[in-house]
Amino acid sequence: MKILLNNIPESFTEDKFTITELLKVKNFTFKMLIVKINGKLVKKTEYDTVKVNDGDDVMVLHLISGG
Amino acid sequence: MTFEEIKGIIKDKTVGIAGAGGLGSNCAVALARVGVGRLIIADFDVVSENNLNRQYYFFDQIGEKKTFAIKSNILRINPTIEVVTHDKMLTPENISKIFMDCDVIVEAFDHADQKGMLIETVLSQMPEMYVVVGLGMAGWGMNDSIHCRQIGKMFICGDEVSEISPELPPIAPRVGIVSNMQANVVLEILLDKK
Repeated sequence: MKILLNNIPESFTEDKFTITELLKVKNFTFKMLIVKINGKLVKKTEYDTVKVNDGDDVMVLHLISGG
Repeated sequence: MTFEEIKGIIKDKTVGIAGAGGLGSNCAVALARVGVGRLIIADFDVVSENNLNRQYYFFDQIGEKKTFAIKSNILRINPTIEVVTHDKMLTPENISKIFMDCDVIVEAFDHADQKGMLIETVLSQMPEMYVVVGLGMAGWGMNDSIHCRQIGKMFICGDEVSEISPELPPIAPRVGIVSNMQANVVLEILLDKK
């Protein structure tokens, strides 16, 4: 499948996978993230169930402390 | 647009500020100077001496509730502003109620998990709300790395990289830049929305 990840086109051998699998494949190890698929928020509790599909526009925002 | 015209528009606007630390206190003061009519500020913390390296408080305010201290500082600058304060911890249960009437919400928390909680809550419970996030401002120098970008109705201000640590503390210049950048985005939203 081909997706847009943070505005960069990426290809994966899988047809689809969950957010948890995507984060693992990309080695996104940050504890705090905000994930949106096609503009829609995916809550942390849904990472194991919501699927990323071919053509999806995925945004992963890394949250860091300081303010 | 003249300053009088700007003031004429923003006097009827309401901005929510989640956290009155380095980002929130400085952002609130910038918005008050310009004349945003109503500021809704939430924080549960107390002013401490180590806050004074970046936060808009004074030495003689150490020990005061931040909500009380920021309100008093804002009113000294611009007594026409209505400052509504909430001396409590923000949670997914109270955020949408506290900030219900806002035109924009400024995310001004310290910890990443609190930032995540606020963003998730606003995006899921208040999908029409603008939210301006401060992300990455620890340390010094590196002016060129600080930027602003938009994702839907969310704006991200900061370098998105510099996390605070004992070796990379949050201090006045970069925290001031990012907090004023947040105020700048808020103003842009308020003036464009009219």
